[in-house]
Amino acid sequence: MAKKQKSKRVLPGFGLTMGISVAMFSLLIFIPLASILIYSFRMSFGEFLELITRSNVCQAFATSITCAFIASVINCIFGLILAWVLVRYNFPGKRLMDGMIELPFAIPTSVAGITLSKMYSDQGFFGSLLEKVGIKASYSKVGIVIALVFVGIPFVVRALQPVLEKLPESYEEASEILGASRFYTFRRVILPELTPALLAGFGLALARGIGEYGSVIYISGNSEREGTQMVSYVIMQKLNSGRVDHEGAAAIALVLLLISFLLLFIVNMVQVIAGRRTKR
Amino acid sequence: MKKEIVVKEKASNQKEGKRGTKPHGLVPCLLLGVGVLFFLIMLVFPLAEVIYRSLKEGLEVYGAAIMAENTLSALKVTLIATIIAVLVNTFFGLCASWCLTKFDFRGKNILSTLIDIPFSVSPVIAGLAYLMVFGRMGWATPYVEKINEFLGTDIALVFSVPGVVLATIFVTFPFVSRELIPVMQAQGTAEEEAAVMLGAKGSTVFRKVTFPHIKWALLYGIILCAARAFGEFGAVYAVSKARGKTFTLPLEVDALYMAGSAESITQAFAVSSLLVLLSIIILVLKQIVEYRGKREL
Repeated sequence: MAKKQKSKRVLPGFGLTMGISVAMFSLLIFIPLASILIYSFRMSFGEFLELITRSNVCQAFATSITCAFIASVINCIFGLILAWVLVRYNFPGKRLMDGMIELPFAIPTSVAGITLSKMYSDQGFFGSLLEKVGIKASYSKVGIVIALVFVGIPFVVRALQPVLEKLPESYEEASEILGASRFYTFRRVILPELTPALLAGFGLALARGIGEYGSVIYISGNSEREGTQMVSYVIMQKLNSGRVDHEGAAAIALVLLLISFLLLFIVNMVQVIAGRRTKR
Repeated sequence: MKKEIVVKEKASNQKEGKRGTKPHGLVPCLLLGVGVLFFLIMLVFPLAEVIYRSLKEGLEVYGAAIMAENTLSALKVTLIATIIAVLVNTFFGLCASWCLTKFDFRGKNILSTLIDIPFSVSPVIAGLAYLMVFGRMGWATPYVEKINEFLGTDIALVFSVPGVVLATIFVTFPFVSRELIPVMQAQGTAEEEAAVMLGAKGSTVFRKVTFPHIKWALLYGIILCAARAFGEFGAVYAVSKARGKTFTLPLEVDALYMAGSAESITQAFAVSSLLVLLSIIILVLKQIVEYRGKREL
């Protein structure tokens, strides 16, 4: 961080760039988002409560949050392994693997969605394998989790990689020489160093997962009875079905937005704390 | 001879700050195995599945699906939206990162947090937000109508190509600024200040002093922005209803898939393969830019 100087601004363009940034942000992001808030105020508080506590809406929130949470936990485990493997080991195809980690960012969500849905359906390759073990993947919550693992994995790997690269191997060596077991070293030496980054990646994957639409709508089946509707699907349904219900969509979107902001806030807090810890 | 090479390799590894050893022992091999297996199942197999399903009914069906009128129109809309989104967000990214990294002011942290909002907002909400402004019941619709009456035009900002562009801009908004800010932060302001003291104009300072430092990060941000822009689905889906007119490629994939017949599903995968090709090109470009950028540091 720069030293706090109360000097005159030498560089030109402060007013101009500041003005443009704030204006563009307001017009393109802030005003549209604020419109959702205004729109949902058109209904009374009682109506609002009644709408967001309807069983299908509550169920959708529960499904979105639990599935995104489970997927993010899975991503933390495998993301840690992948980041570790990519930073610490040399093996053929490493650069290819490193580059392809970001595939879920680059691939359109609808493409990922239809592909995963076919792969894990009972006629697909993995779906038929899982069927033999008695797991129904596509058109169930398992499917939702699979899709969310797919879209979330790059967040965790990319959050961990730079931290792992900076972590000196001498820490582990010291711990080993002092007689610690490998697991103990991991738990007490490596993991604490990685925790902030891991939490940040977890938060990003979770935020993405809760609001995810394209990649889950095909694999989830969107059945109200089986509780496989995501919040984003319920919102979209209100915009597309015969009776368009903008107020309802706005109210649910508002709650989803609040959850996202809360997550964003937590992620930022974690990063601030992490920054303090590494500065010393 | 061999030893020399090994030594050289080690030295170069150290120089580039890379580490990495051949995995030996049970635990490293197990970790590598699990990592590679997860990678194959989650990332490589889906790609193979797209290719396999798109070619299932032969090249003719594949060609027909790709050359279909709806697909070509969708390709056009996708390209328009991507190009405009990249231009707008690059412009924003440059302005925002200049004002956030070269100056100190109150509310700086708040502004930089706010910019990242589109990252954590569901794409469906992005589409919905524009509907709330410009849609049938939106508060800005009367004004847009007045402007249209005044100018004698027929501009619609949702359910139209401009609506698709707006939704795409929303979801890709912070991509460029996010790549630029850390680089410009690390570079500091000393060089620019020196240039200004020596009498350089603002534009010269940016062109000759700042730009050489940030060009790779800028390119990287543009690539990420383009990748997200051409693939956006949820946000665009909310504001685009006319197939063959305002559909983008991801929406065309959805329409074909939802049609449900075996043939149209194959067509959906054929169009998907086009998008997969685009994403692979993007990833290769990204790797090249990342590599060149690191080498120049």
